[in-house]
Amino acid sequence: MSDHRKFVQIRHAQKSFGTLEVLKDISLTVERGQIVAIIGPSGSGKSTLLRAINDLDPLTGGEVWLDGVQVNKSLPFRQYEKHINQMRQDIGMVFQHFNLFPHMTARENVTMAPKMLKGLSKEEADKLAEEQLDKVGMLERMDYYPSQLSGGQKQRVAIARALAMKPKLMLFDEATSALDPELVDEVNQVMKKLAEEHMTMIIVTHEMDFAASVCDRVLFMDQGVVVEEGPPSVVFKNPEKERTRAFLRKHLEGAK
Amino acid sequence: MDMDLMLRVYPFFLQAAGTTILLSVLTALLGLACGTLGAAARLSRFAFVRFLGAAYVSVFRGTPALIQLFILYFGGPQIGIQLDAFEAGVIGLGINAGAYMTETIRGAIISIDKGQKEAARTLGLSRWQAMYRIILPQAARLMVRPLGVNLNMLIKATALVAAISVIELTYTAQRYIGSTYKPFEMFLLAGVLYMIIIYATGRAVAWLDRKVQIT
Amino acid sequence: MGLDFTVIPGYLDIIFLGCLWTIAITVASALLSFFGGIVFAVIALYAPLLIRLPFRLFEWVFMGTPLLLQLFLIYFGLVQIGVDLPAFVAGVIGLGLHFAVYNSELIQTAILSVDKGQMEAARTVGLSRGQALRKVVVPQAVRAVIPPIGNNMIALLKDSALVSVIGVSELTLSAQRAIGATYRPFEFYMLAAAFYYVINLCMEWVQRRIERRIALSR
Repeated sequence: MSDHRKFVQIRHAQKSFGTLEVLKDISLTVERGQIVAIIGPSGSGKSTLLRAINDLDPLTGGEVWLDGVQVNKSLPFRQYEKHINQMRQDIGMVFQHFNLFPHMTARENVTMAPKMLKGLSKEEADKLAEEQLDKVGMLERMDYYPSQLSGGQKQRVAIARALAMKPKLMLFDEATSALDPELVDEVNQVMKKLAEEHMTMIIVTHEMDFAASVCDRVLFMDQGVVVEEGPPSVVFKNPEKERTRAFLRKHLEGAK
Repeated sequence: MDMDLMLRVYPFFLQAAGTTILLSVLTALLGLACGTLGAAARLSRFAFVRFLGAAYVSVFRGTPALIQLFILYFGGPQIGIQLDAFEAGVIGLGINAGAYMTETIRGAIISIDKGQKEAARTLGLSRWQAMYRIILPQAARLMVRPLGVNLNMLIKATALVAAISVIELTYTAQRYIGSTYKPFEMFLLAGVLYMIIIYATGRAVAWLDRKVQIT
Repeated sequence: MGLDFTVIPGYLDIIFLGCLWTIAITVASALLSFFGGIVFAVIALYAPLLIRLPFRLFEWVFMGTPLLLQLFLIYFGLVQIGVDLPAFVAGVIGLGLHFAVYNSELIQTAILSVDKGQMEAARTVGLSRGQALRKVVVPQAVRAVIPPIGNNMIALLKDSALVSVIGVSELTLSAQRAIGATYRPFEFYMLAAAFYYVINLCMEWVQRRIERRIALSR
């Protein structure tokens, strides 16, 4: 059975496409309010792991638990759909390419799901949208369409959209990788703010500096396994494993 | 050119054009219904239903509409389907057009970025909610123009029902060519009416296309 | 009345002959529509205004009216002006012209999208405008439109059924003859549909092969 004190628990996660093993027996726990960064080269399986948490990429083996409930329960199709839709309301996700709905304004992007799934009235939903868009500094642009916003602005709206469902956990899948360098900081600021509010977050990222400054724990993944795991001060400054060192060295060179 | 003759017979052509329009509208509606069902089948999560959808498209696009019409109208009674010519025309052409529209509708749906569905599902929307609230509104905008092409073809295809003696534009032209031996004049009368119908439809589609685009 | 497919074998020879005629008329019309399409495209783009404008009208009429109506015009129109062509030839002309107009649309777009630099380069090595078109621009454009023209040719196969109404003894009319003798429309139209479907599949197969070769040669 799962340990109920653990907020997020991944046990023996395994994922393969045919003969290709993308995730090899990964276990991970995250406490309530913790912020965990996952780093690693592309193809290491870090995004797949993140997307397994809300079952966008279903695992082929292992379990994911959130707040005492198993996310990837085995249930008949219809019941499972119901269950997973319910679970996903508690797991916010932010994508590399924003995935804002282009046919809706920023406000509508934020209010759509709460209205549809939580039965909020128009007034309640609008109030909620104002709150959330204000938090990400997008209040003035709430009636703009995504095509009228910059990348950083889009990503901030996408964060507000996820927050509007009042999730227990936020997942960030390379949220700043598609942004022009000068727009990265505005999104990082929003994420920092969430960190100060003790939102539980799992962040897949390429930004070592950002990871070092906000995260409680860092995981280095390579070839489907967790190579090294620990506080950022250790993993970034004094990594134990040669593979971690090699990766960080390469990454620093790349950044220069 | 025999203007007197044209002036004498044009009311019959106008009436026939009315039939062509009615035929086109009914066929388009049935086609849209079949196309929607067909696209839903082709995108189903059940392999067998997907196969049925693919077979529908392949068979109805892979054989002449005229033959399909003949099977329904002349062959139908043998298997207990009794239809008058107009009904057979609408049903036959509608099912045929539906096969083409299936591909149009499916094409628009699958061209919507996968991230849209993922974002919707991540918020907790069900498959169906994600489809009708997120995917379809975007796909619908992409469908207008290609469905307009389907409609243009469909209007011209209504001429086929002349072969089962529905008194529409082409049948009327054919009959008057036979009785007056004035093929050019009769073609002109029918042709102008077809082109008006097609042109008006094209403008309507272009207007709709502009109207549904995201600002 | 029920179904009885045992009547089919006695008429297979007629149906099979009709099938050959369908293939013949499809091939002949396809060739006419292909070369006609190239000629039409060049006229539509480069001919003097006095030719170009009436030609545009002709294109517009052919795209705005049903093929069946055009077939009636050509078949009876030719008789009217004293040219008594066999139905087969009238059918080929009708189908060929109709699809030449559609092919021309494709080729025009392709010609316009062939890099302007190609024409300039050809002119700088001393080719005349006509030579540059013939040797450089048109061949490139035609290669680019072979896949969509393939779609038109597959559509042509199915539309070839229409020439049965002007009396060409192809597959559809052959089926009708068998039906006239047996009163078995369902069986024979189904058989005809099956033959069309098989020819259609063959054409799609050839089209895929050609597309793959073009993709490789780029």
